[in-house]
Amino acid sequence: MKKELKTETEKIAYNCRQATLLIEKKQDTELVVREKLELKLHLSGCHICRVYEQQSILINSMISKLLKGTRQNIKLDPTFKENLQRRIDQKLRGNQ
Amino acid sequence: MQNRSVFDTAAERPVKQTLQPEKWVELYADYLYTYALGRLNDKELARDLVQDTFLSALEKTDGFRGESTERTWLTAIIKYKVIDIYRKRSGSFATRDKFSLAADDEEYFDPDLNNWKKEHWPAPFGVEDSDPLHNKEFMSVLQKCVQKLPPLWLSVFRLKHLEDEGTEDICKELRITSSNFWVIVHRAKVNLRSCLQKNWI
Repeated sequence: MKKELKTETEKIAYNCRQATLLIEKKQDTELVVREKLELKLHLSGCHICRVYEQQSILINSMISKLLKGTRQNIKLDPTFKENLQRRIDQKLRGNQ
Repeated sequence: MQNRSVFDTAAERPVKQTLQPEKWVELYADYLYTYALGRLNDKELARDLVQDTFLSALEKTDGFRGESTERTWLTAIIKYKVIDIYRKRSGSFATRDKFSLAADDEEYFDPDLNNWKKEHWPAPFGVEDSDPLHNKEFMSVLQKCVQKLPPLWLSVFRLKHLEDEGTEDICKELRITSSNFWVIVHRAKVNLRSCLQKNWI
């Protein structure tokens, strides 16, 4: 038989889905008081979500590094540039 | 990208910027290409966007008020085009209701109790304490996992981390509600974390 959650506290204690959502939200914006309390209550009893929180913060800084790291100076194909230059020159002459 | 710094100094000493379209390719083509490629991860598409940007910029030179640099102005145009692509790629996701989004979560969380399903319990990666940002293998696993994310989720991450944009701007640009935004970020993170665990440990 499935467990039934009776009290509000019990529901919060079990709700890893909501807790992990709040963990994401917290990294971007300030939680409202109710959310803060909810998260605190949940994390005090749930070590799995504490692992999740630690990893979530880590993943954020890694993604930031990963996405920014791909921004080296890449060169556009010279033939493409020449053609593009020609098109722009034509357009400019046309506008005169 | 904001042009605030240029704008501020322009207010102090009003130097009007002018456009020199004949030099655009030489001065900005590589820069804009790098910009687009970093955000779209598609060489051909990035190349086409650079071309589109220059050609459409030529049509609206009258709208250039000289308050920002040429580069800032062109970057704003290409950014708009990138976001347009994000929006097209995200397709129907943005309009999906909360109910079907919640249904996605059932893979990881128990539908009644809302706790983690046992097979999806987050386990320590074992790299948390040893500077994983410099761990090349770990970063390459992350890269593979990131590429597997659905386009809208990836767009959100890119806007957040490359443009340093706030939630409000991202929601406006991608036309999603803020509550959907959190659901998207949450889903993406739960998926990404799980992919890391599967492929790393």
